Amino acid sequence: MASFLTKPQTVDPATVKGWGVDADPRNDPTYPYRVRSDGEARGMTWDRPSLQKPRVEVLRSVEHNRLPAVLGTSVPPRGASGAIRRGAFRYSESDWRHWLMLLAADRADMVEGLLDDLARGRLPNIPAEMGVRAEWRHNRAGLIRKAAVVAVVSAAAILLLRRRRRYRRQDREHAVRAWPEASMQDGRRS
Amino acid sequence: MLAADYRGPYRVRAGHKALPRIEHPQDAIVRVTRSCICGSDLHLYRGLVPDTRVGMTFGHEFCGIVEEVGPEVEALKPGDHVLVPFNIACGRCHFCRQGLFGNCHEANAEATAAGGIYGYSHTAGGYDGGQAEFARVPYADVGPTLIPDWMDPDDAVLLTDVVPTGYQAAEMGGIQKGDTVVVFGAGPVGIMAARCAWLFGAGRVIVIDHVHYRLEFAQAYCPAEVYDFREIEDMAVFIKRQTDSIGADVCIDAVGADAVGSALHSLLGKRLKLEAGSAIALHWAINSVRKGGIVSIVGVYGPTGNVVPIGNVLNKGITIRANQASVKRLLPRLIDHVRAGNIDPKALITHRMALDEVSDGYRIFAAKLDGCIKPVLYPNGGQ
Repeated sequence: MASFLTKPQTVDPATVKGWGVDADPRNDPTYPYRVRSDGEARGMTWDRPSLQKPRVEVLRSVEHNRLPAVLGTSVPPRGASGAIRRGAFRYSESDWRHWLMLLAADRADMVEGLLDDLARGRLPNIPAEMGVRAEWRHNRAGLIRKAAVVAVVSAAAILLLRRRRRYRRQDREHAVRAWPEASMQDGRRS
Repeated sequence: MLAADYRGPYRVRAGHKALPRIEHPQDAIVRVTRSCICGSDLHLYRGLVPDTRVGMTFGHEFCGIVEEVGPEVEALKPGDHVLVPFNIACGRCHFCRQGLFGNCHEANAEATAAGGIYGYSHTAGGYDGGQAEFARVPYADVGPTLIPDWMDPDDAVLLTDVVPTGYQAAEMGGIQKGDTVVVFGAGPVGIMAARCAWLFGAGRVIVIDHVHYRLEFAQAYCPAEVYDFREIEDMAVFIKRQTDSIGADVCIDAVGADAVGSALHSLLGKRLKLEAGSAIALHWAINSVRKGGIVSIVGVYGPTGNVVPIGNVLNKGITIRANQASVKRLLPRLIDHVRAGNIDPKALITHRMALDEVSDGYRIFAAKLDGCIKPVLYPNGGQ
């Protein structure tokens, strides 16, 4: 079967019976925030501003057929997060993979930012960056409550891990006592 | 220069960055004197907007003094005190010519669905924002507007986003005299939308939120009837009871992706990121408006998708109107309103802070501490 994509299919409205007989300019839900007095010139036909020369890598949506005249140059893609971003821009804005990959890149970027700080000999003051000082000033009880919850949950997690480790060690010791030869043959040392 | 520096979800610090430079003949460099933290910055702060890169400077609501202009800039000169609309707009493209300055096609390489916005992720073009001592301002002849001599710069900085977004929310509601308008969200934009609903002739204005100090502010400032959604068992039933059982004529979503009020939406949208944030305010708006009514959306959502009762939109014949505010289009009218005393923007400002306090500013605003409604940073000592 022939593809619809390969044949020209343009329809001339003038050939359509009844074309425009019910057109009504008052039927406009975009009034007043869309001005329609510009002769309704259609398409990408405007007199473009001067074009900015990109001096850093700028990723372009596949839905654009060209770069816009001005470009943002903040934080070009870099590292592993940049590689994920470049991959994301293979997909359109209509494709969830585009956005989910960008979110994944954002999380990778956060780790890279942390490593970047450390590589520059800077230990980031994360509580200060999170505004804990303000929380201390204006919501001291809440902050203490949150800190207490975090401390209790962390302590419980550590205790559980320790217990699990102790039980595993006891299991291994028990296995060695019960099957010393088998244990030696497996090359296991307890 | 000193600038806010995003380091990952919930982490922003003041750090030193290179000075911005003229990169396009229509650029200007502006020395920032005031820069707000916006409710939509909190979506970035919480990591909800894809392509928010570590090292970016946020801030799309700022004003300042022109420091330098590119060779093609004609309308501005160094020393001019300007307010800078949050939209980056060329003024020439198919969309700008129709007044859709929030939808310019010559400002955002990374996406076609969004226009260019200062400091609002690479999904909005990858421009550093105004929470810094200096900012690069593209298309300087189009967006930046001279602050009138009589206007307080604290009023001017709120004309860059909060006031026009609130005003356009009411405008898109197509409010007719006597209409009942429900505004979801008592943040700065919701408060402004409720205030502006009266300018269009609303007969009743109802504001829904759960933060009591903000509801009390809205009650006095707008003025409006206010309700705490935590005290309401079912929002649609409540609004119907308030409106002779037919629903509100107009509902405005002034919350967006960060809404609370539904554990399911919070889990799906904010924790698991399976939705573009929590859309409970929009859900309530659709189900609370009357048949044939209008839902106006100015709350910001991410670009993926949200679970909303779209079947009810069809069955009820609802008109949904939404856009980023077209600031430049609205400025002449809004400047008149400020002069006439119909709108008092700076009354929203509760916190004035130096730029190096930006980490605390975000925390105070995000956690709604200390009665915060609108925090404003003053880079360069506000001069």
